[in-house]
Amino acid sequence: MIEQLQQGTVEWGRATFALTALYHFLFVPLTLGLSFIIAFMESMYVKTGNDEWKKITKFWMKLFGINFAIGVATGLILEFEFGTHWANYSWLVGDIFGAPLAIEGLFAFFLEATFFAVMFFGWDRVSKGFHLFSTWVVAVGSNLSAFWILVANGWMQNPVGTHFNPDTMRNEMLSFLEVALSPTAIDKFAHTTAAGFIVSSLFVMGISAWFILKKRNLRLSRVSIVTASTFGLLATMFIILTGDKSAHDVAHTQPAKLAAMEALYDGDSGVGITAIGYLNPNKKLGDKEPEFIGPTVELPFALSLLSFHDFNAYIPGMNDLVYGNKERGVMSASERIEKGKKAIEDLRSYKKAKESGDKLAADAYLASFRENEKHFGYGFLKNPEEIIPPVGITFYSFHLMVGLGFYLLVLFAVVLHFSMIHALENQKWLLWIVFLSFPLGWVATEAGWIVAEVGRQPWAIQDMLPVSIASTIIDTGSVIAAFFLFAALFTILAIAELGIMIAQIRKFREEDHV
Amino acid sequence: MFNQLDMLTLQMYWWVIVSLLAGLLVFMFFVQGGQTLLWQIGRTEEEKTMIVNSLGRKWELGYTTLVLFGGAMFAAFPLFYSVSFGGAFWVWLSILFSFSIQAVAYEFRKKPNNFLGAKGYETFLLINGILGVILIGTAVATMFSGANFERGEFNFSIWKHPLRGLEAAFNLFNVLLGIALFFLARTMGAMYFLNNIDDEVIRERSRKEVGINFAAFLPVFLIFAVWLLLRSGVDTSSTMPAMQPYKYALSLVQMPAVAILLLTGVAIVLYGVYATWFQNSKNGLWFTGPGAVLTVFSVLLLAGLNHASFYPSNADIKSSLTIQNASSSRFTLVTMSYVSLFVPVVLGYIAIVWRAMDSKKITREEGQNPDSSAY
Ligand code: HEM
Repeated sequence: MIEQLQQGTVEWGRATFALTALYHFLFVPLTLGLSFIIAFMESMYVKTGNDEWKKITKFWMKLFGINFAIGVATGLILEFEFGTHWANYSWLVGDIFGAPLAIEGLFAFFLEATFFAVMFFGWDRVSKGFHLFSTWVVAVGSNLSAFWILVANGWMQNPVGTHFNPDTMRNEMLSFLEVALSPTAIDKFAHTTAAGFIVSSLFVMGISAWFILKKRNLRLSRVSIVTASTFGLLATMFIILTGDKSAHDVAHTQPAKLAAMEALYDGDSGVGITAIGYLNPNKKLGDKEPEFIGPTVELPFALSLLSFHDFNAYIPGMNDLVYGNKERGVMSASERIEKGKKAIEDLRSYKKAKESGDKLAADAYLASFRENEKHFGYGFLKNPEEIIPPVGITFYSFHLMVGLGFYLLVLFAVVLHFSMIHALENQKWLLWIVFLSFPLGWVATEAGWIVAEVGRQPWAIQDMLPVSIASTIIDTGSVIAAFFLFAALFTILAIAELGIMIAQIRKFREEDHV
Repeated sequence: MFNQLDMLTLQMYWWVIVSLLAGLLVFMFFVQGGQTLLWQIGRTEEEKTMIVNSLGRKWELGYTTLVLFGGAMFAAFPLFYSVSFGGAFWVWLSILFSFSIQAVAYEFRKKPNNFLGAKGYETFLLINGILGVILIGTAVATMFSGANFERGEFNFSIWKHPLRGLEAAFNLFNVLLGIALFFLARTMGAMYFLNNIDDEVIRERSRKEVGINFAAFLPVFLIFAVWLLLRSGVDTSSTMPAMQPYKYALSLVQMPAVAILLLTGVAIVLYGVYATWFQNSKNGLWFTGPGAVLTVFSVLLLAGLNHASFYPSNADIKSSLTIQNASSSRFTLVTMSYVSLFVPVVLGYIAIVWRAMDSKKITREEGQNPDSSAY
């Protein structure tokens, strides 16, 4: 039956998911961060009773609402895409994966849906206090939803709390707490919400800088810039810390991803990081070509330190993972594929023996299956080289994200400094930099997702389920048609959203509002 | 407490929850129904805006119920999620499309420079109101009429019809349910306006629409119901699943509680319409809505309980899904059962906020006040 799965279906299914997820994540980070920034602003309004704060709150809230709508629209599609495009996946791991999705719906989405209405229609219908409460609930609710979906994603990167049940032929949950509180999930949550704050801070700062350059809405802009640069600075410090933790986590659970992130072909102890470098496009697994062409900037020992918090830690390279390294105790991918195939065979025999009522044989096959269970997913791979994700895109995306992280740290600090000494408005150059930097949060965020998702190929679930068998059994044509329908819909919505946002920002005059 | 339940009871519990969510979803279809009445009840720009503002504070609840329905199915009956969503690919994608355009329509409709113009977004609302509801009805009806799939090794499934689910829309039985839901949604939509908008003109038109749409709903629904009672269904009480004549009628007899629920539901639906039409009540929705919840709830119970198959396979009867073979593991069902205890909490805060927001009705005057209308 798996034979009926066409490779094109898998590839186009991946393309569709990537399209939807990357598009969804243009809007979500803004929801995650802006909701708190607005809640803070409204708190100031309620505390001081100053209508200036209300005006500021309502301006950003309007942009929030426009953005929120598209996040909601694409979120629905994402949730159901697991079923429509990844049907085999849904069955094989639905026992674990469905839970966080359902919990997200019940705990988070309803909070958002219910209190969002108060936020937007309730100014004259409920008390000030209740309105403020609602705004906070929306902020908490949207971040809570991020938590649960990242639990789901974290589990795919590091499938804990689970075992394979040979009687139902699927993976089943053993511990909910292990799944929900997995360090991978927590790191991801911390890192991703911080990314949301950074994107939102840049958004607020960028628009405010533009206002100041146009000599418009100065009161609103000053307050907004101080608020946003403070939020942004804190979030960037935090994202660097959590990024370090994420890398540590990847090193332990996804060595091939780590090696690709750093283009590390041959493992060693005390490995450094090539901070800047141009990858040799002719380099292949197993050859002796140099990894980089031209000059590079090296940070010695950095990768060992980052990954294992030990200057001398051994880090396996891609060649070690594919071809094995006996000295270091790294098993080759071909050996794992062998063992995986054995596990699949044992499973089939177990099933047959059980059906024919031969309990003794069934038990023996099961015991043998359990021995090789952790290589099970490898049994579906064809070549050992498949275990390595695309190196170029993973490497460059990772470096872009990290580089931007440090750049933004400096940017937020400088802006905050000039705002505090009330000298920002004279620094035209800085205002321009702030304005032009405002897409960079998105760039870093999308790059981060590319690292996380491209970097884990060929796995839908690390070591357990390769994407090649996870998809729905359907003709490639249908999936391609759906891809272009989605692409068209998203393009239309993006044009609409951008047009509306720009119009709202352009026409806003603080004098006109009460 | 859930740990002590046996597996079948847990599976039944989850089927009950899923059926309840389906009932609540249909209640919330008043938003979709309201959207299709936008032109009929809102004849001027001002009236349309009142309607959009009135529905605009509720649509997300229905949308979220749909999301939760999907999530609950995924968590409790993952095999259904896999077989149906992947198999009936085009039906589900069409449903998704018609809902994702709803999500932007309210927010974007009146905003300057919105690319498609107000008309464009109003069309989105119309498409969602018609296609979304009818297709969901059609898809739900396949829980009785069956679908074309086969399960193989590892429970991976293959769909046996090239239309990938759209074939369901060419089956009269399925379409009847879709159309019934469509008119029910419009009936409830008009009732909602009666309740939520304080305006004589709109009230007058809404009351009329309640009558017209209910008159259309009733016969369609009755034909569907009778057909359901007459049709055979898959019975899985013995080891080999087999077709059983009058399966669902028999289930009603064997589960009298469900029969009572069903009749009560229908009676309450009728009372809501009666109160609106003959007693000039503005509160019809508070009867017809919950009545619809009960009705849909009990109809879906018939699909899953009493050894029925809630997703029969027309291609290979052995592949039919039951709450037993499609469910999650015991551990997951128990865990999710604890989670489900929060459903009343969620319903509770929704009710509180709904009351707080609706105590002040929508009027023509408030269109001028930027604090009260967002769209
Ligand atoms: C400056 C130092 C940074 C480090 C060391 C770092 C590290 C990492 C690592 C190791 C991952 C992959 C995790 C995985 O595959 O499981 C990741 C993912 C990600 N990063 Fe970063 N990052 C940094 C900065 C940033 C910045 C500035 C942003 C955005 C504003 C960002 C946004 C993301 C996102 C959205 C993901 C995907 C979600 C996730 O896997 O957590 N990162 N980051």
